[in-house]
Amino acid sequence: MAEMDEPEKKRTRVVELTEKMVVEGGCGGSCEWEGRWNHIKKFLERSGPFTHPDFEPGTESLQFLLQTCRVLVIGAGGLGCELLKDLALSGFGKIDVVDMDTIDVSNLNRQFLFRPKDVGRPKADVAADFINSRVPGCHVIPHFKKIQDLDERFYRQFHIIVCGLDSIVARRWMNGMLLSLLVYEDGEVDQTSVIPLIDGGTEGFKGNARVILPGVTACIDCTLELYPPQINFPMCTIASMPRLPEHCIEYVRILQWPKEMPFGDGVALDGDDPEHIQWVFQRSLKRAAEFNITGVTYRLTQGVVKRIIPAVASTNAVIAAACTTEVFKLATSAYVPLSNYMVFNDVDGLYTYTFEAERKENCSACSQVPVDLHFPPSSKFQQVLEYLTESTSLQMKSPAVTATVEGKSKTLYLQSVASIEQRTRPNLSKSLKELGLTDGQELAVADVTTPQTMLFRLCFTS
Amino acid sequence: MAATKDSKEQKYDRQLRLWGDHGQEALENAHVCLINATATGTEILKNLVLPGIGAFTIVDGHIVSGEDAGNNFFLSSDSIGKNRAQAATELLQELNSDVSGNFVEESPDKLLDNDPEFFHRFTIVIGVQLPESTCLRLGMVLWSASVPFLICKAYGLIGYMRLMVQEHTVIESHPDNALEDLRLDRPFDEFKSHIKSYNLSIMDKKDHSHTPWVIIVAKYLERWLSEHDGQPPKNYKEKEAFRQIIREGILKNENGGLEDEENFEEAIKNVNTALNPTKVPTSVEDLFNSEQCNNITAQSSSFWVMLRAVKEFVYNEGSGSLPVRGSIPDMIADSQKFINLQNVYREKAMQDAAAVSKHVESLLQSVGKPPESISEKDIKLFCKNSSFLRVVRCRSLAEEYSVDSINKDEISGLDCCCFRFFSYLI
Repeated sequence: MAEMDEPEKKRTRVVELTEKMVVEGGCGGSCEWEGRWNHIKKFLERSGPFTHPDFEPGTESLQFLLQTCRVLVIGAGGLGCELLKDLALSGFGKIDVVDMDTIDVSNLNRQFLFRPKDVGRPKADVAADFINSRVPGCHVIPHFKKIQDLDERFYRQFHIIVCGLDSIVARRWMNGMLLSLLVYEDGEVDQTSVIPLIDGGTEGFKGNARVILPGVTACIDCTLELYPPQINFPMCTIASMPRLPEHCIEYVRILQWPKEMPFGDGVALDGDDPEHIQWVFQRSLKRAAEFNITGVTYRLTQGVVKRIIPAVASTNAVIAAACTTEVFKLATSAYVPLSNYMVFNDVDGLYTYTFEAERKENCSACSQVPVDLHFPPSSKFQQVLEYLTESTSLQMKSPAVTATVEGKSKTLYLQSVASIEQRTRPNLSKSLKELGLTDGQELAVADVTTPQTMLFRLCFTS
Repeated sequence: MAATKDSKEQKYDRQLRLWGDHGQEALENAHVCLINATATGTEILKNLVLPGIGAFTIVDGHIVSGEDAGNNFFLSSDSIGKNRAQAATELLQELNSDVSGNFVEESPDKLLDNDPEFFHRFTIVIGVQLPESTCLRLGMVLWSASVPFLICKAYGLIGYMRLMVQEHTVIESHPDNALEDLRLDRPFDEFKSHIKSYNLSIMDKKDHSHTPWVIIVAKYLERWLSEHDGQPPKNYKEKEAFRQIIREGILKNENGGLEDEENFEEAIKNVNTALNPTKVPTSVEDLFNSEQCNNITAQSSSFWVMLRAVKEFVYNEGSGSLPVRGSIPDMIADSQKFINLQNVYREKAMQDAAAVSKHVESLLQSVGKPPESISEKDIKLFCKNSSFLRVVRCRSLAEEYSVDSINKDEISGLDCCCFRFFSYLI
């Protein structure tokens, strides 16, 4: 990781950003009391054997945390609730939180800012209310939105961003957004345009926390292969050769529901609707009985339909604490940050290790190296799309491709708008030559995994 | 309002998928004691209250200070001046109405002076930021009462945990990457007859392509054994040759090319693990050799009685192997063939569990206990998990601090001038 050995530069940046910030008023004297920040002061107002080599104790750091530093927490769920608590108690006074979800009863076993009476309300709102009331002087601003609904002007405001997301797609999007904010000078990244991204993830008894300095250290896409592949059963197994109870459930979800539309035309299967799950459960039992398969339960049905990941409070607490510590270190420059990836597992005893994830030379997100696509001109356009979705380094979800053909911009394929999908579908079976594409041609690709269009260069092979 | 079973299932759904109904039951029957409601202490309790621990009791004689209210989410500025145990209990209790929260406004040292048996009622005692002397005193009381003791300290960015538990047995350890129990190296009779029922050479294409890889490997292994004096493929060269023979079994199409037979590809891929010898894991062997297993008394827990019964099984009906697990991984096959194969293993597992049951019965009888003291359900579960049984044992604090157990030789070696280490007084 690039050395955090220029606290001067960091402090200059802090001061610069401070000047740009509008400092909101606190709640006056009533929210402070004697000794409140004694523990934090021990970190920041005295020297110690474990501090950053360039650290100099002083009182400005705490004031910076309380009054000026702006932290963005993405997600107000399992990790989010813990992060908000930890950050607020660590002295961070200005926190924004983004979450598009509402509270469900199954959240209550770990998302401790929520109560049974809050079920149905937006997570961001309830979380902010709770913290603001429990930690006087801390000001949490909620955003009941998707991360994609906010733009660069929003994200640019923050000193540090910490993620407690539950999807890889969302992580990649956030990653892409921060990369798009980078300013380059003479091929070098302008450090003041770097917004550190602390990313945490958990699943059952496992978790990880990582520190990403966009443009400087390994980004999310640099290490895409670290994520285990999603389990999807082959269609022929589901359609005609089920063996496991899961196959029976997927049959009902993927084939039977669209055919029967049991709750009305166009009514999609809602994993959160117990009536929907009950319907799938009953049909799955029938399917299983036909093949003498045992093991279909309501719990399994719900788990398969919603792709439920098990979760407990303790893992989220550990990972959020690790993330908060890194936010604290980066904001105060008082300690050496994690460099740069921590793994945690307490399935059997307790196991943890850290390592330095390396940047990928040709990372499609952060390397600035244009990605070449090698295809013979006779290959079908479908093959290019398959490469974009199936290659382990790209793993796109539903890429939309545009190219400049004969001087005009032409959408070659787009899945998300039905009318355009229909119109461009014939292109899939046409060859690249037939589509009028030339060697060295640029293809612009948009996808949910990145906020910015990615540019590829088409290289014809013989 | 008491939570209904349904609403609890919904609330606890995400954790039930980890530790199941048994785990949840154990949690709900537990009563945890926390000594000192510091930020560390309340954080630990939070993570127990949220998943529904039966009850907790906070023991703390301190008054809440401004410093406490500043770093503890479960204390507010209103708590300042109040007893810390009481203040923290209020805010922790409101996290989960299923849990019963209690507090004792007393220092642990006082309790140890006047009523050490107070601590006997707990499932576990968690001591946070306790001075060494208190830890040692409390450690002695808890060790003799067989109550686990978790000692925690946090200072700045340094944390410390020490678990003291005499013996903790785990049946359902939910291992991440368990090896399958397919018995290809020592097929039991029913498995052998099932393999015999297949004739790969006369099958039609559809059946051939949908035969489970386990059958394929078993068939080719039979052939190999007959051609190699009963010796299975042992080294890389032989395993590669074995894989090649299987590859040659893939059907050919009219042009002489290979048909797409994914089940054969699976067989080839699984040759390495399939040829792993079936044996009792060393961890389980160690348990078989332990004092508790060999010396079953009326006081023995059901864990040890069942373990002994499994040991008897291994030495008798099992011919050196644990009871068959009964589960098989998913594999390319048509439903019928897969289910039939699965049933062969399931039925054998039931048979083995029944044999273990008989041993359990006679062991119970030998110590004057009724055979129903251990249920069939528990025995089946034990057998299914027999490869994954775990026993955790930690030494007592007294032993750790005892002069006799110090590793004198290693420490005296550190006296040499070539060693340098820094010590910090905290």
